[in-house]
Amino acid sequence: MKKTKVWGFIILLSLIVFACSTSDDEGGTSEETSDNFNRSAMLINWADNIIIPAYTAFNADVAVMVQASSVFTETPSEANLQNLRSAWKDAYVSFQSVSMFEIGKAEELNFRNRLNVYPTDVTSIEENVSNNTYNFSLPSNIAIQGFPAIDYLINGLAGTDAEIVAFYNSESTATGYNGYLNELTNTVLELSTTVLNDWEGSYRSIFVAGTSSSATGSVDKLVNDFLFYYEKSLRAGKIGIPAGVFSVDPLPEKVEALYSKEIGKELLLAAITASQNFFNGKSFTSASEGESLKSYLDFLNTIKNGDDLSTLINNQFDISKTKAAELGNDLALQVTTDNSKMTETYDELQRNVILLKVDMLQALSINVDFVDADGD
Amino acid sequence: METYFNTYFSKETKTANLAVFRVFFGIMMFFSTLRFLSYGWVDKLYIQPKFFFSYYGFEWIKPLGVYTYALFIVCLISSFLIIIGYKYRYSIIVFFLCFTYIELMDKTTYLNHYYFVSCLSFLLLFLPANRRFSLDAYLDNSLNQEYIPKWNVDCIKVMLFIVYFYAGLAKLNSDWLLEAMPLKIWLPSNYDLPILGSLLQKEWVHYAFSWGGALYDLMIPFLLLYKPTRWFGFFMVVVFHVLTRILFPIGVFPFVMIVSALIFFDSDFHEKLIHKASKLLKLKPLNNSVVGQRSPRKIPLLIIGLFLLIQLLLPWRYLLYQNELFWTEEGYRFSWRVMLMEKAGYAQFKVVDSSNGKSFLIDNNDFLTSFQEKQMSTQPDFMLQYAHYLADHFSENGAKNIEVYVESYVAINGRLSQPYVDPKVDLAKEKDSFAPKKWILNFNDDIKGL
Repeated sequence: MKKTKVWGFIILLSLIVFACSTSDDEGGTSEETSDNFNRSAMLINWADNIIIPAYTAFNADVAVMVQASSVFTETPSEANLQNLRSAWKDAYVSFQSVSMFEIGKAEELNFRNRLNVYPTDVTSIEENVSNNTYNFSLPSNIAIQGFPAIDYLINGLAGTDAEIVAFYNSESTATGYNGYLNELTNTVLELSTTVLNDWEGSYRSIFVAGTSSSATGSVDKLVNDFLFYYEKSLRAGKIGIPAGVFSVDPLPEKVEALYSKEIGKELLLAAITASQNFFNGKSFTSASEGESLKSYLDFLNTIKNGDDLSTLINNQFDISKTKAAELGNDLALQVTTDNSKMTETYDELQRNVILLKVDMLQALSINVDFVDADGD
Repeated sequence: METYFNTYFSKETKTANLAVFRVFFGIMMFFSTLRFLSYGWVDKLYIQPKFFFSYYGFEWIKPLGVYTYALFIVCLISSFLIIIGYKYRYSIIVFFLCFTYIELMDKTTYLNHYYFVSCLSFLLLFLPANRRFSLDAYLDNSLNQEYIPKWNVDCIKVMLFIVYFYAGLAKLNSDWLLEAMPLKIWLPSNYDLPILGSLLQKEWVHYAFSWGGALYDLMIPFLLLYKPTRWFGFFMVVVFHVLTRILFPIGVFPFVMIVSALIFFDSDFHEKLIHKASKLLKLKPLNNSVVGQRSPRKIPLLIIGLFLLIQLLLPWRYLLYQNELFWTEEGYRFSWRVMLMEKAGYAQFKVVDSSNGKSFLIDNNDFLTSFQEKQMSTQPDFMLQYAHYLADHFSENGAKNIEVYVESYVAINGRLSQPYVDPKVDLAKEKDSFAPKKWILNFNDDIKGL
């Protein structure tokens, strides 16, 4: 009698363990019909309506920048410089819509860092230009490439456009600067194309199929990437660090697009808008909204204090944008003239860190950065 | 009364129960240590971090750099020796010291089940678990005893009783029973499980699991104690723990609890297990030593009695604190409050040099691992320790008169996050103690219950 009971347990145990261990492979399709929130639809919306269109637009803008760069280096003139600048700006603004998606190939390539680490390392750039040797894929060379390095080469070499153009015309420096500039823009295009091709190729289906709730599931991973981006790159990088909240004194030289002096605010606003759009699942090319973190939160019915968490988050995005709109175009100048506007913007961005990282993550039951230790 | 105690303490039981318990405990610890090592957690949890959170009064216990591995290896070896029962007394002492040392190195990794293992191995220090089915007994036949005092086995049952029953009592609160929190948060995230996945999205399932869980914890010790319900109770133990293993990342704990529950079975069950195992291992049967009953050993009995008394009382220490237990966590640890709340937090520290009024915010990643940051941002004693660490760190860098403030938010059991620590209090000036931490802000809600 007891023997049969013991065997009963063993069989039951192995059945349950078996049922559990096979879950990863077949969990994708069967449960969506009965489960009200469709994570698979959210991943598809993210991939097809947001991420891939954003990379496509970015890639096109970068291609225009590469073209403008080659026109300028072939015929360095003030007019061509203006064209290149405008193409660089468009691509840089466009980059704000893809920077948060550091997943898959982008993660592998260290995409965000290779395209946008600032301040750029002027000393090393100058050395590389004069030596004509550089390997952008080395991890140590992150600060000599990407948009900030281009910013230096097209805006920061001298005070006036004529003087800047002179660097690309003068016999002693032309080869070095022209070569370096083209190499920079081409590398951005190369990286962007690689990421886009991967999304358009195999990665899209891998991403969409990753519906599991584990640390390796696409939802958990991308939400973590998004929060990391929002906290470190957007809130701290664009505003907090230059405003001096993490240092004893303000550091105006650490603003994004330092040499251009014109587009800092625009990049910031583009980044906040892109973050909010991602949160709302808004299509990149139209005004329609699909399954998203917002609808996921609404599904989980996280109504607190009489307010919907997704509404609180959206309101906070709106307040941040309003506050950011009060800044001057040149954020470095803003830091030195009236830093309080910067710190106020920081505070508003920070409020959403709490709503997103504490309240939203709790509601979604997603762990912050995967601590693969046990709980009890 | 006195005669009752005297007759109880002269009662004997088969040694087999304790011997089987020893073997299973050893096996669990062996694989648990091996698992810990194989996941690279020693490096990740005890070598990589720059700073470690100490338990109050145990600040002198720190990881040993690369030698921390040695601790784990010693743990592994001693648990193996416990399985085979070789030099048992020494191996259990070594295991207890090593394991407990490891647990005390950083309270970031505090888990009820690690504490449970420390408690069990502490009990085992004083119990003759090597008198059957052990290398010790094979090498020295005089050790081989068929009977041991009954309390030697019962004290483990009491320990298990406390763990389950107290875990059940802790669930008798309004969040758990009336709101189905935090299961309402945790269960839906298991949407990718077959069959269960879609069920876990339903509210009634959250309530069923909450009430079922509380009922389970309260009933299980009785079901196991009472012979007619014992098999049913054990069946429930297996189902419950396997289910929790599937739903939550709780490592080896379910298996430790399952094998521990075997202690409640009668001796003939354990005798049979030993008999079968001996046959399987081709061990020749030993004659039981005819050495008479050793004189009753009073000191172990006293220590164990005192230990169990502390176990009974310690979880109630939270009653001495006025504020909400879930919010302040004063008296939360070491009281079998298992999987009881979902707490998330955010703590932004500000360092101020009061000599010139300049200040800056801290990026926690510069000092803490993400795991440490996660634990720190919801527990006040962590925050205090971290604040002192920051004050010391920045004083070393030349600045004096360092003040440390924190702006923090904590969300518990699905409530919207609230400010947690008074941002105007200089934490560098606050001392840790068992006294209530006055700088924790009020919890704007009520969680009723035990």
